[in-house]
This record gives sequence, C-alpha cells and structure tokens, in this order.
Amino acid sequence: MIEIRLFATLRQGREKIYHEPAEKFQTGRDIIEYYQISQNDVSIFLINGIHSKLEDAVKAEDVIAIFPPVGGG
Amino acid sequence: MYGSYNAKMARINLTTGSITVEELDLDKAKKFVGGRGLGTKILYDEGIAKVDPLSPENKLVYLPGPLTGTQLPTATRYMVVTKSPLTGMIASSNSGGRWGADLKYAGWEGLIVEGKAENPVYINIQDEKIEILSAEKYVGMLSEELDETLKEVHPKSSVLNIGPSGENLALLAAIMNDKDRAAGRSGVGAVMGSKNLKAITVTAERKVVPPADEVALKEVNKSALQKLREDGVTGTGLPTYGTAVLVNIINNVGSYPTKNWQEAYFEEADEASGETMANTTLVKQGFCHRCPIGCGRVIKLDDKEVGGPEYEPIWAYGANCGVKELEAISRANMMCNEYGLDAIGTPCTIAAAMELYQLGAIKEEECEGVPLTWGSGEAIITWTKRMGEGKIPLAKLMADGSHRLCEFYGHPEVSIAVKKQELPAYDARGIQGIGLNYATSNRGGCHVRGYTIAPEILAHPEQVDRTTTEDKASWVKIFQDLTAVIDSLGLCLFTSFGLGAGDYALMLNAATGTDYDDNQLLEVGERIYNIERLFNKEAGMKPEEDTLPKRVLEEAIPNGPSKGMKSQLNEILPTYYELRGWKDAFPTVETLERLGLS
Repeated sequence: MIEIRLFATLRQGREKIYHEPAEKFQTGRDIIEYYQISQNDVSIFLINGIHSKLEDAVKAEDVIAIFPPVGGG
Repeated sequence: MYGSYNAKMARINLTTGSITVEELDLDKAKKFVGGRGLGTKILYDEGIAKVDPLSPENKLVYLPGPLTGTQLPTATRYMVVTKSPLTGMIASSNSGGRWGADLKYAGWEGLIVEGKAENPVYINIQDEKIEILSAEKYVGMLSEELDETLKEVHPKSSVLNIGPSGENLALLAAIMNDKDRAAGRSGVGAVMGSKNLKAITVTAERKVVPPADEVALKEVNKSALQKLREDGVTGTGLPTYGTAVLVNIINNVGSYPTKNWQEAYFEEADEASGETMANTTLVKQGFCHRCPIGCGRVIKLDDKEVGGPEYEPIWAYGANCGVKELEAISRANMMCNEYGLDAIGTPCTIAAAMELYQLGAIKEEECEGVPLTWGSGEAIITWTKRMGEGKIPLAKLMADGSHRLCEFYGHPEVSIAVKKQELPAYDARGIQGIGLNYATSNRGGCHVRGYTIAPEILAHPEQVDRTTTEDKASWVKIFQDLTAVIDSLGLCLFTSFGLGAGDYALMLNAATGTDYDDNQLLEVGERIYNIERLFNKEAGMKPEEDTLPKRVLEEAIPNGPSKGMKSQLNEILPTYYELRGWKDAFPTVETLERLGLS
C-alpha cells in the first residue's frame, strides 16, 4: 500500500489520508491525476519526507505528502 | 531630503524627567536605513554594548522604519532595540499592529528612552506633545486589560505596554502592543520593567506619512500589492490558514522538534494544525494596520474572541511539550499575551523543565500540585501563568529562560538554545541551512534573522535540498542581509515571499529619495549585520558562542522521516565566515573598511 496525505486547500472536497494499492501508481504524476489535483496546486511533493519531483517513482510502503503553495512562520 | 523619514527623534530620560527633541541624523539614517539598523548604530555609538542590561545605563530605542506609516503594504512595524538581559548581546525585536505607524503619524522617527523612573510611569504622546505620567495605579495589571484601560484615558490611542512579567524583570518578558502583538524575544520587556516604564501611548492626527516621490510610491505600491496577491504564500496560504499551516509541513519532513528536541516527528501534530484551527475555533483573519495578507488568527475561546496561536507557540506548547490539544495550547498562548511573555522562549523553557522532571532533576514537590509531565495541557497553562506571576521559586527561575534553569539543575545540555535564547520550531538536524542561521544569529537562537526555511522547505524562490550543506553558507548570508534591510524598513518579513531586494530598493527610493539598487541595498543589510556583530564583540561575545546545542550537533534524530540526521554545522561555518569576511567570528579590518564601519 501507499499512504497519500493531502494538506491545506487540497483537502477541500477530498479526504485527509488515502491508502491505495502500490500498483495503482507508477509516479507522483499518476497520483495527482488520480485525485484530480492540478500541477499548479502542488508546491511541495514529499516522498517519505524528502522533497521529490512528480516524475519520481513511487513504491509500496511510501508515504506521500502533498502541499499547495503555503508557508511563512 | 527627509521624504518619509520624520525629521525628529525624542530622547526621554526617566531619571531626570527631561524630554529632548533631536534632529534625525539623515546621513546615519540612510546608511543604516532605520529600525533595526539605525537602532543598533545609535546604541553602539553611545557605548551601550558594555552596560548592565537591567541598569539605568541601558537604553531602549523604539524605531519604526522609513517606510512605516506610508501607504505601502504592511508599513506599520516598529523595532525595539536594546542590550538584551537574556543573551547579554544585541536585542532587536519587532512587532506589527498599529503602534509603530501611529508613532510615525505623530511626527516622530523614534524614541530613545534612558535612565530609570523613581516610581512606575508611562509615556503619553499626542502628536508633538510628550509627557511622563504616573502608572502607579496600573502596576500588576495584565497587558490586555491595561491596553483597554489606557485607551479609555487616551481615546484613539495605540498602546504599547508590559505585563506583570516585565515588571518582575523576567528575562523572557516581551513588550506587547495593540493587545496581542508582541516584540517577543530577548527579554526586551524586562528592560522596560527595569526602567519602571509600564506603557507608551500614542495618539496622532495625521493618517499617512508623505513620501519623497508620490508618483513613484504609488507605482511601486500597486506592483507590490499585485505580487503579494498573486504569490501562493501571501495571497492564499497565509490568509487561509495563518502561519500554523507549517505544522503539517515541518512534521512531514521530520523536522518538528518533539519533547524538547528528543524526537523530531509528532504523530498527533495535525490535531493542532492550521487546517484544524480553520475547521474549529477560527472566527476570522487578524490584520495588522495596512496589511493585505492577514496571517493573524482570531479564535473563539470561552465565548470571547481572542488572538489565536501562531505556528511557533503551537509547536512549542504542542509537540515540544508533547501536548496535542489545540485548546490547551490556545489558552497557554493567551496567558503569554496577558502576562507579556515571549511565546517561544516560555513554552520552550517549560519543555526543558519537563525534560528535567523526566530526568528526576526537578522533584515532584517543587511542582506545587501540577507536575511537569509530557503531554499535560494543565501543566502548560498553569506553568505559563506561574511564570507570568513569578511567585513560586521554580516558576521564577523558569521565567529567566531555559539556559539559567538547566544550569541551575546541573543539566546545561537540556537547554536547547543558542546564546542563551531558545531555538524555534525547525529542527536543525533535518534542515541544514537553518542551523547555520541559528548559530550565527546576532540575537541568539532565532529563525527570522535568516529564514532559509523558504528555499529549504517551501520552494521559495526555488527548492534546495534541506539535507545537504551545499551552498547553504551563501543562502544564509543573503537571507540574513536581506532580512536586516526589511527589519530596518518597517515592513513585515512575510512580504519577502512575494517581493525581492529590487522591490524593496524601489520602495525605499520612492519614499526617501535614496538611489539604491538591489545589490547596494543588500550591502546595507550586510553593514547592519556587521554593526550588530561589532556590538556583540564589545559586549563580550566569544567566537565559540556561534554554535548549536550539543543535542543538535551530536545526537541523531531517532524517529520519523529525518531519522539518523545531525547538524553538520562545523562543515559550513568556515565557509560562512569566509563569505562574510570574518575571522574567528568577527569582521576583519578589510571588511569593516569595505562596509564603511571602520
């Protein structure tokens, strides 16, 4: 399984967390397309806490976290 | 040409009661901009680096910037500069709200307060009139109540004050203004308390400060507003979720210090996140004067609308104390505002006390019925109140910060601080650049002296690898220099998500008639950073104080996405010094000459 965590405005109309079979997705881009998230709304894409590209491969047991442009502390 | 600088400053001596009007030294002002830069230069020239911070010899400089009070976005901030009783080095804490803009509208570029009043007083400013009045009947009053009371006495005024902790000379005391805004760090409230100065009220007729070039200012204002609106952080993220939107981001990169930095990932973080607040207690956004962003949160607590916690106190009271309940965190944060305490240093000291309790160094009988247990909402609220009151011996010690507390109990390694000031909410083991910034910050442990979280985490202006040291020395230097400028202009640092050095140069030029380009303005920032360092050198800072806590350097993160990481500070510090033109932590003669500081 892959755990997909969505944050901030990406939660609007979606769940906070999804668990999906790993074979459903090859890359990050597959994930955002599946959840109908526009690439422009993805500012931070983390695979297991490491900043990654949408082209990067995802695999079983990965934790994916996706954030829109946010921040400032 | 003064442009948006006011031509006069007031020097107020509380020992003699004398109030002197001084002409602003325009050359000095333009060389150091204003606010943080000019304030440090004034104190350095007047020999303040060597004085006892809580003696009448110390001075408090309250300085808005040249842009404060103009129509530019966020042009409301002021800086209070003094010698810190917490760090023994330069302190410059800034705040928004409205007070800074009103001081400019009243016609003053700044106030220099010196000496010590015999009895508690406050300063009342009504345009050109300044008077020192008795504050005896306000002694012991909580900050927000005092704000309301003084507004009744001086209708339409903006109020800046200290709460009971400032009166008690607690080294974690903040200066509050406009109810819930705070110049929070480095114990500036204790300096005010040491002068028997309880408050400063300002009332002004004027409602805007005219710039040197009205047409150019209008143009740059329009373009800045558009950039801030279009930027994802200032246009959407901060308005919708406030700074607390960072909770989930920083936790998900495994750099959210937990239980006094013993861990760096908090399983329940989302329960006290910006997203949760937006869906539960949030009533509306909070705006400072002239701010188009509105990162502030107004929340409902006991049927009352109050200022909600920012990212920093949510982390410090939350994960850092092992507490997950947003309500307890919000109450403890409100207590900081009421007693006038630093909402970072205070909860971080409670976290250190919790670790001392875990170690058995603090005994249960010292806790007077409220044990310092990890995860206890009751403990964070009660101990904040106790620190504000300063009556119980342990609470009084805690109110002087974690460094002194942990030294007292024989565990200095438990204090997670740099230069005796507690570190903020980003674990420097998982984010290498911010660690270098913490270590070299002139006011001690602080994130907003060089917020490399922007490139290292938030992809602003571009994404850089948080886990490596590559190029971090130059990122830190440029962020520190640019921040020194923004802090001196009188604008909010958050504007830098949407604006760059070139925008700030255009703003300053339009407002004051200067002719800076972006590189020249960054050099001004570098000059400011170096005058602060000179102040610290004269105050007795040692090169080895440019470091991080032992835990951050030696103990790898034990859990979460950054498991196994440590700070590699010692690898990048020499490169940073080389870029700065410093030797053994201080500027060389050549650097001082280059920056016009010799």
